[in-house]
Order: sequence, then structure tokens, then C-alpha cells
Amino acid sequence: MNEPVSQSLSAASRPPRSQWWMRTGVRVLSTLGMILVTMLGLLFVTFIIGRVMPIDPVLSIVGERASKEVYDAAYLAMGLDKPLLVQFFVYLWDVIHGDFGQSLLNSRPVLEDIKRVFPATLELATLGTLMGVLIGVPLGVISAVKRDSWIDQITRVVALVGYSMPIFWLGLVGLLVFYGVLGWVGGPGRVGIFYVDIVPVVTGMILVDSALDGQWDVFRDALSHIVLPASILGYYSLAYISRMTRSFMLEQLGSEYITTARVKGLSEWTVITRHAFGNIKVQLITVIALSYASLLEGSVLTEIIFAWPGIGSYITTALLSADMNAVLGGTVVIGLVFVCLNVFSDLLYAFFDPRSRDDAL
Amino acid sequence: MTSNFSKPLRRRVFFKQSLFSLALCATVGMGGTLQAATPDNMLVIAHRIDDIVTLDPAQSFEFAGADVNYNIYGKLVNFDPLNLDAGYQPDLAESWEVSEDGKSITFTMREGVKFHSGNPVTAEDAAFSLQRVIKLNKTPAFILTQFGFTPENVEETIVADGNTLTITTDKKYATSFVLNCLTSTIGAIVEKALVMENEKEGDLGNDWLATHSAGSGAYKLVNWKPSESYTLAANPDFYLGEPGMKRVIVQHIQESTTQRLLLEKGDVDVARNLNPEDVAGLEGNEEVAVDTDLKGNLMYISFNQKNEQLSNPKVIEAIKYLVDYNGMENSFLKGQWRVHQSFLPATYLGAIEDKPYSFNLEKAKALLAESGVENIEFEAGVREAQERIEIAQSLQNTFAQAGIKMNITVGTGKQILTRFRARELDMYLGAWGPDYPDPQTNAGTFAFNPDNSDEAQATGLLAYRNAWDPGPFTAVVEEAVVEGDNDKRRAMYEQLQRDFQATAPFVIMFQKTEQSGRQAKVQNFTIGGPVTASAYWPVSK
Repeated sequence: MNEPVSQSLSAASRPPRSQWWMRTGVRVLSTLGMILVTMLGLLFVTFIIGRVMPIDPVLSIVGERASKEVYDAAYLAMGLDKPLLVQFFVYLWDVIHGDFGQSLLNSRPVLEDIKRVFPATLELATLGTLMGVLIGVPLGVISAVKRDSWIDQITRVVALVGYSMPIFWLGLVGLLVFYGVLGWVGGPGRVGIFYVDIVPVVTGMILVDSALDGQWDVFRDALSHIVLPASILGYYSLAYISRMTRSFMLEQLGSEYITTARVKGLSEWTVITRHAFGNIKVQLITVIALSYASLLEGSVLTEIIFAWPGIGSYITTALLSADMNAVLGGTVVIGLVFVCLNVFSDLLYAFFDPRSRDDAL
Repeated sequence: MTSNFSKPLRRRVFFKQSLFSLALCATVGMGGTLQAATPDNMLVIAHRIDDIVTLDPAQSFEFAGADVNYNIYGKLVNFDPLNLDAGYQPDLAESWEVSEDGKSITFTMREGVKFHSGNPVTAEDAAFSLQRVIKLNKTPAFILTQFGFTPENVEETIVADGNTLTITTDKKYATSFVLNCLTSTIGAIVEKALVMENEKEGDLGNDWLATHSAGSGAYKLVNWKPSESYTLAANPDFYLGEPGMKRVIVQHIQESTTQRLLLEKGDVDVARNLNPEDVAGLEGNEEVAVDTDLKGNLMYISFNQKNEQLSNPKVIEAIKYLVDYNGMENSFLKGQWRVHQSFLPATYLGAIEDKPYSFNLEKAKALLAESGVENIEFEAGVREAQERIEIAQSLQNTFAQAGIKMNITVGTGKQILTRFRARELDMYLGAWGPDYPDPQTNAGTFAFNPDNSDEAQATGLLAYRNAWDPGPFTAVVEEAVVEGDNDKRRAMYEQLQRDFQATAPFVIMFQKTEQSGRQAKVQNFTIGGPVTASAYWPVSK
């Protein structure tokens, strides 16, 4: 078959497939390289900070009353006599082999601890972000469309308050009102103490595990416990997401193509949802990813008030007692979460935004 | 912190919040509260338990860990939680005999006691457990090594023979001293076979025992999640009878307010860390009772004898009348500390309740005039803890009324302690907690200092840190610790404390109290006083 005489412009300028693969390969490799460098830098900085903190890790294990022999033995066992760089590389070598060392605080493998605490945070952050997105995005859109109306004013105030209210206070008041006085939700902790250690651990997320095991009474109880902390985190996430959505939407609604679309006689609904909202999706993804990442770091104060054994309070406790293995392990996990979310939102970007695709340039 | 918004605005936001949660509740279709009270055969406790490093009794040296081990392990001798005043009682050893020379104690083991595994508790297990403490040499090992046990001699000095166990110390000590030490956590008897089955790289099961139990006590460990919770299950074969509470769950709740809320809602039976505000908030609630229990810590101030002004006996005496003991106890220390003026905590063998000093400005001024020392000014080192800073400020105020100028230096625990140990502080304000429930633990640090020279470097001794030579007191401490007759031993400590009270450059001010809230129906819950830990097996509802 003969080749067609005329080729489309884009096809003409499209590079051969092999070249596309090469470029994609290079991009993947450079991304991976960047991840590696980021993680290394993160580990190194955390390691150094941990070592220069004015807390003696040996003392926090053996206690003030320990004899000099006991102290020295622990000092040597922890390898603190070696030069700092050597200590760092020894640690790195172990991490590469999947060994994050033992927690100084509770003598258990750090990895085991993290497997236990991270799902708790994941569960809470996911629910919180879901609420933030499901309520925050529509609120932001409505508030932009009905600019300066009473709905807009209220939304802006809600967002502002959510942004500036001390979470500690909000958490306590929430507990007092909804658990203490009204009894609508469960109290602190992930489940009622009655249900502690009853459900077999599969994912570490109690809602999922209890559902998998068919223990619906535990599921209900766990849900009643997560509602309040998740709402509070959700409120914070909602405040941020609705604010950003509003400003993105305002930017779009003020642009010429929207006026054109309206002039063409498209319905207001189509203009707002298809055109304006369609164009802010990409920016929103980044905002949501950021918000999710910040909740995944573990909201220390929320976790403390609600006795929620997550990664935030885990790392904080570890830091305060100079438990460096635990701090580093936790940092790696949070670093990975950030990197993954970044890559993920980049991919979505590429998917949604044709301009960011190589072959479309 | 409060936000800067106007009230109506906040109310509006709060209303929004309520709607929000309401909507959520409606969404998940939940009705009222799910549970009003804990089951009758289960004990649920809210407590700060993030200090637990390990559950291996040879290494555990924290308060919350002592609670766990007290309920899991039997010991040769132990306290009866409902009668602490009776002192140590037979536990896994039903009797003991002391040799003629006073160096050896031979314990006869109780027959028919089983470990949780079902295996019998033998003298061999007891010997292994004590030897293990010495060989591992973790922090609390000093409680046993002070009797001359070393990894090298322990096979000869701690020996099992059939149904008896003989321990031989390097010299004669008061039997009560040795036995009191054996009631602390390191005296726990572990099951040799089970522990050695789980040995890794010659660690005598240290790693495994950190998170597992191998005991014969009232409870076995089901699970410990660090900084989260621990769960214990009753041992049906416990030799004192099966405990009433079949399951004990202790959950880590950091905040006092949260603990109080859980208690008021009936979701926990006991709240262990209530601050004075929350205790006050519980007043008038008939379903809840608040217990105030003594603990072993003492709050004291001490004066460096290298400072010429502060080494004058009349000045020291005057200062003892310049502390507003009752004023502090009844205000910011309410429920947390109570006035106590001698170096042995109340309930210890030989403890005295004498309180010869109270705030008396006239008397203090007269004593200062007698001393002839003028323009007294010195530096006081204080750790950066709210409570201590408040005490320091009260002292600063009352001292000033008699013309004494006290300059407060606040620093981290480490900074202040480093200077105190180097004998550089004029005055130190701090707390001292006993390491084991015997008078020697405090007598041997407050009133004992055989070599006061700078070269001695006996920085572990409080007397040394104040550059104070206790003179004849040192010898009394040495005699009391080897006195075999308990009544005589008690009398020696009583006299020693009275002499110390009159002349030592220490002003012992307070003893720690802890307040815990419980459901009124919970009976016989104890936290162990100054000598031991919290016992769960006597509890009933």
C-alpha cells in the first residue's frame, strides 16, 4: 500500500518510536536517580541532626543510675565509638538489606513498629483526605461561582477558621461534646478497649481487617472511633482544598474562553463543570496530593489527643528520647510517601494535561 | 492559644462543626453510644506506658514496666499488695534460713507452683533467673551485684540443690536488706527451659523476653504494643487462686483530660495519671472515686559545703525554717507531693514521720543573727520542669524575707545534674527516687560518704555531690546495713534520720503522691505505694 501523500503536521513532527522509548527510559531513570538522591540526602541530614541533638541516646536506654560498665557496654553495642561517617554508612548498608535496626526504646525491630503504626495513620489520613476532597472541592467551586454571596462568605470563614484553629483545642472540644456529652461517637483509641487485640491483623487498618474478618460489631465500633479524628483532619484538609479550589476556579472563570463559551450559548452548568473545572483538575491533583502527604506525616497533636497510635506520635516520642533508629525508619517511610505521591501526581498530570506529554510538544 | 475571632463567628463555626459531625454520624448510620461500661471480669486502665523499654525483668527499670512484671512473675519473696506494711512475705520460696556467719541464705521452694507453660517452678529456675541478671549486667543489675555477685562467681554463689536455693554474699548483710532487694523486678523467677529455647546469640533470651513472658504469676502476657497498650490474661493455675479479672487491658493515654473523659464515660475502670485540675473536676461525681497513694520519690534541696556561707550550721538550720512547706503542699503541689522531712520515704523500714520544721521567719532571723554570716547570696540549680521552678520561686521569695538572696539557674536535667555531680552548684533542688525497697537505697546516698576528697569522684552519692562529710553517719550506715536484727536495724535508721534532720545540709521537703481515679465499684486496686508496683489480681468489681 502506498504511503499517503499528505501527513498530518503532528505526525510529521513526531519522533520515531524508538526515540520515544529512549526518552521515556531516560526520564524514568532520571526520576529514579532523583528519588535515590533525595532519600540519601534525607537520611544523611536526619542522621546528623539525630547525632548532634543534646540528648544522650545511651543515657536514655540505661538510665541515670547505670554503672559506668553498663553505660560503656551499651555505648559500644550501639557503635557510637566509630566515626560519624562510618556509623552512617554502616546504617545505610543495613537499610539497603532491609534492616532498620532495633528501636532503642522498646528493643523491637523498627520495621515491625512501623508496620504497626503506619496503617493507623494511613487509615486516618485517607478518610480525612476523602472528606476534604468530597466536601472541599464542591464548596470551593460553589463559592467561586457565587462569588461574594453569603455562601461564599461562609465558605471563606469556614476555611479561614479551619486554617487558624488550634487543633489541640478543637480535638478536645470535639471529644468533650460528641463523645463526652452527646455520646454519638467512640472515645479515644482506635477501637473500644473491649475490642483490643480481637481482630486478626492483615492490613493493620482496623476497618479493613474487621470487614475482612466479618466482625461487623468491631467494624462499627472502629468507625465510631475514627469519625471524630478523621473529621477534624478532614476539616483542616477541607479548609485548604476549598480555598485553593476557589482561587483556581476564579482564575478560570475570569478568562476569555469562558466568556466565549457563554457567548456560544453553552449552558452555565456545562461552562462550569466541563470547561472551567476541567481545566483546574490538574492543579487540584497537586493540592490534594500535598494535603494527603501532610496528613500522612501523622498529625502529632490529633494522634496524642485521640490516643491514636500512628506514625506522627511514634516519631515524636522517638525524637524526644533520641531513639535514632526509629526516627530514621519513620523518616524513610515519610520520605517514600512524599516521593510516591509526587511521582503519582506527575503521572496524573501527564495523563490529564496533554501539554506535558512529550509527543504533543 | 485562642483564635482572634469574635465570639459569634466562633459560635457559627462551631455550629458548622456540629452539623458536619452530625452529618457524618448520620452518614454512617450510628445511633447512641456503643458501650456504657466495661465487662465485670475485665479490668481496663488508662495509663502513660510509653516509658516501657523492655519487659525482660533482668533489664526492666521503669515504673510502667514494673507494673507488668509484678503481675506476670513470682519472686522468692514478695509484697502482699493489700498489706504493704507487713514487708516482704514468702512467695515462690515458702521459707528461708540464714547461715551462722550471716553470709548465706537458703530458700526452700514452695511445692506445686507451676509456670504458665504448666511446668513446675524449681530451685533450678530460681538460680538461673538470678544468675541471668548478673550475667546480662543490664542497668538494674547493681541491685544484686552490690552483694558481691559477679559473672565469674555466680555459679558458686547462687546454687540450686534439689528443692532449695542458696545464695552466698561476699560479706554479712542484714537479711532484710538482701530480701528487700529480691522483691524488686530483677528478683522475678523466669522459666529456664522456655527462656533458653528462645536464646539468640548467647543473649540468655534477653531479646525474646523483651516482648514475651515466661512467668508463674497471676497473669500471662498476651500482647504488648509499645506506647499503645498491653493485654494480660489471667492464669487459672495461679497458686493464690485464679484472679477475678480474667483480662487486663492497659491503654496508653497521654493526656490527663482524655483519661478523665474515658473514666467519666465508664470506658475505663481506672485512670492513672490525673492532674490536680482533673481531680478537682471529678469532685461530686459519685460513680468515681479518687485515691491518693504515696510513692517513693523525695523532693529536697541541698547545699554545697564548699561554700563558706552555706556550711555554717546556724545558716543551715535557719534555712530549714525558711521553707513554706505547708503553703506549697496546699497550693500548687496539691495531690502531687506531701510534706515529708526525713530521708527514708514513709512506709520504709525505719521511716519516721517527724516534721520538726515549718516556716518560722522570726526563728530563722534569730538563727541567722547568731551565725554572724551576712549578705548571704548563692546560686540554685533547677531543672526546667514547671513544678520545680515553682518550688524554686517560692523558696526565693521566703529566703528573701530573711535577707537571703537566691539566684535561680534553670537548665536541662543534664546540664544541672552535670554541675551538681561536679560539686559546682551552691544549691541543688531535685528529686531522688529509691532503687529498691530497702532503707539502704537512700541511707547509702544521703548519709554516706567515706571519702570527701575531690579525687574520690564518688559522684553517685548525694552527700559527695554536696561536698559534705557526714562524719559518724557513714559508719552508722555501714553498721545498719549488716545488722541482722530487724528491730535494731529499724531503731538505727530512726536515730540516724533524726540526727541527719538536725545537722545535714539537706532540707528534705516532700514525698511524692499519685492520684488515680477509679470507678467506685472497683475494689482493691492498688498502685504499690513507695515499695512496689500495681497489683491486678486482688481487684474485684
